[in-house]
Amino acid sequence: MLTDDERREIEREVENCVNRREACVEALKVIQRSRGWVADDQLRGLSDILDMTPEELDSVATFYPLIFRRPVGRHVILICDSVSCWVMGYEDLLRHLKSSLGIGLGGTTTDGRFTFLPVACLGACDRAPAMMVDDELHTDLTREKIDDILRRYP
Amino acid sequence: MAERPLTGDIRPGVMPDISAYESAGGYEALRKAVSGMSPEDVRKAVTDSNLRGRGGAGFPTGQKWSFVPPGEAASLQKYFIVNADEMEPGTFKDRLLLECNPHQVIEGAILGAYAIGAGRAYIFLRWEYRLAERRLREAMAEAMEKNYLGKNILGSGFSLELRIHTSAGRYICGEETALLNAMEGRRAIPRAKPPFPQVCGLWGRPTIVNNTETAANIPPIIRNGPSWFHGLSLTEDAGTKLYGVSGRVKRPGVWELPMGTTIRELLEGHAGGMREEYRFRGVIPGGASTDFLVEEHLDVKMDYGSVQKAGSRLGTGMMIILDDRTCPVGMVHSIIRFMARESCGWCTPCREGLPWLEKILNALETGDGRPSDIELLEEHTRLLGPGNTYCALAPGAVEPLQSGLRFFREDFERHIREKRCPWR
Repeated sequence: MLTDDERREIEREVENCVNRREACVEALKVIQRSRGWVADDQLRGLSDILDMTPEELDSVATFYPLIFRRPVGRHVILICDSVSCWVMGYEDLLRHLKSSLGIGLGGTTTDGRFTFLPVACLGACDRAPAMMVDDELHTDLTREKIDDILRRYP
Repeated sequence: MAERPLTGDIRPGVMPDISAYESAGGYEALRKAVSGMSPEDVRKAVTDSNLRGRGGAGFPTGQKWSFVPPGEAASLQKYFIVNADEMEPGTFKDRLLLECNPHQVIEGAILGAYAIGAGRAYIFLRWEYRLAERRLREAMAEAMEKNYLGKNILGSGFSLELRIHTSAGRYICGEETALLNAMEGRRAIPRAKPPFPQVCGLWGRPTIVNNTETAANIPPIIRNGPSWFHGLSLTEDAGTKLYGVSGRVKRPGVWELPMGTTIRELLEGHAGGMREEYRFRGVIPGGASTDFLVEEHLDVKMDYGSVQKAGSRLGTGMMIILDDRTCPVGMVHSIIRFMARESCGWCTPCREGLPWLEKILNALETGDGRPSDIELLEEHTRLLGPGNTYCALAPGAVEPLQSGLRFFREDFERHIREKRCPWR
C-alpha cells in the first residue's frame, strides 16, 4: 500500500485537477520516484484515491514507456534511436553499450546498476547521437564519451 | 538582420528571467489585449495574421479558434492547451523556445486562453524536457507574482489558471485527441472526429490545442499587428519559422528565419553545407513523417504551399539530410521501426501494417529481401495512407517510404539483388 507521504503528495496533485483521474500519470510518477517502479499493490492503493479501478490504472501505466511496472536499475539509460541519431551513428553506439553493459535493450545489469531502454526522438538532433541517463541529457556521443559518462553513475 | 520575434532576444548561456523579457517588450501584448482588446479582437488579429499551426499540420490558427462556440459570457468551461510534447523524429525547435524563451510561450498561452474565453490552460510537456520544465515552472511563478497569471489579471476581470502536465513518453501523445485522453488519465489513443476538440475536447468541453511555436507567435502578433507579421515572410505564408537541419552537415542547428527560406539556403548557408567526404542525396524536410525531396528540389521555398507543390510537406520545418554514405533503405527502416513501436494499437492498419513493413525492411537490410517485397511495400503505402486510420501517424509514417521507393528505387532493388545491404 502507499505511504503517508505518497498519499499526501498525490492528494495535493488531485486538488489541482478538474477530475481525480486527471492526476493519475503524476500519481504514478510520485510512486515511481519513491520506489523506482510501480507494483500491483500500489495500483490498488492508488485506485481508492483516484476513483479508477486497478485494471484501468494498469492500462494507463503500461501505455507509458517511462512508467515502470517492473523493477529497474539504479540508473536508467534512455538511448535515442530516432532517425537523426541513426544517421549519426546510433547503431555503433548501440553495439558498444550492449557489450559494455552486457545487456540488450530492455535489460537490467545483474548488479542492478543500469536499465537500458530505447526512447523516442530526444529533440537533440543537432547534437546527435544523444541519450539520457536519469534526468540528464548527453549529446554528441562517441564510444569514448559513453565510457566516461557511464563511470559517473555508480 | 531580419526580425526574429521568437528567438531574437535569446542569449546563449543567459538564464531567461521576467525582467529581461519585459524590457524586450514581453507581456506588453497581454497588457494591450486585456486593457483594450476584446477576445474577439484578439481572435481577429490572429486570423488576419494568417498564422498557421507550426506543429506539422499547418491548420490556420484563427480558423481553428473560430470553431470554439462563441460567447464569452457563457458559463461553459473551456480549455487552452499548448502542445509541448515535441517528439517528431528530427525535430528540436520547441525545446529551444521552452528552455530559452519560456515567458513567450506562457504569454502565448494566456493570450490564447483570453481569445477563446478559457479559464484554465495547460502546457502538455514531454517528460524528457527536464530543463524546460524547470524553466517553465520558474517563469510561471514569476508571472504569477506580477499578476500576468492567476485571478483578475492586471485588474481586467480575466482570470486564468495555468498548469503543466508532464507526460511519460509515447509519441502518440502529441496527436491532439490522444493528448486529451492522456490528460484525462486514459490510454492516449486518438479519438474519432467529429466531434472536434474545439467543440468537445478535454472533459467534453471546448478545447484548443496549439503547438508551442504557434503559441509563441501570438504575443508578437498582438503587439505588432497582422500586417507586420505578413511582412516578416518571403512568401504568402506569413511570419518567421523555426527551421533546423540535422544529419552529416557541417553545422547542424535551429534558426528562426523568414517563412519561405529555401532548402538550399538552409543547407548550404546556415548549416554550412555537407561535411567533408559526404555528398547530399536527399532531405526529409519537415520531421520524419514527410516525403523525401532530392537535389532538384533544393530551391524549393520552405513554406506550406511550396513544399506541398514539390511533393512533400513543410511539417515541423526541421530537415533531416540523407548523405551518400548512408543507406536510404536503412534510413526508411529506422523511421518505420520507430513508428511501428510508437503506434498506439488502436486501429488495425497501423497496428498490423507498420510492424509488417518493419519486418520487410529488416529483411531487405539483412539480405532476406524477395523481389515481390517492393510491390508489397508500395501496396502498404496506399493501405496505410490517408482515410484508413483514426489519426495521421500511419499516413505520415509511410510518406518517407513512398517517396524513398520513388527516388531511391535502385537502392531498394540492389538490396534484393545482392542479398545484402551495400552500405554495411
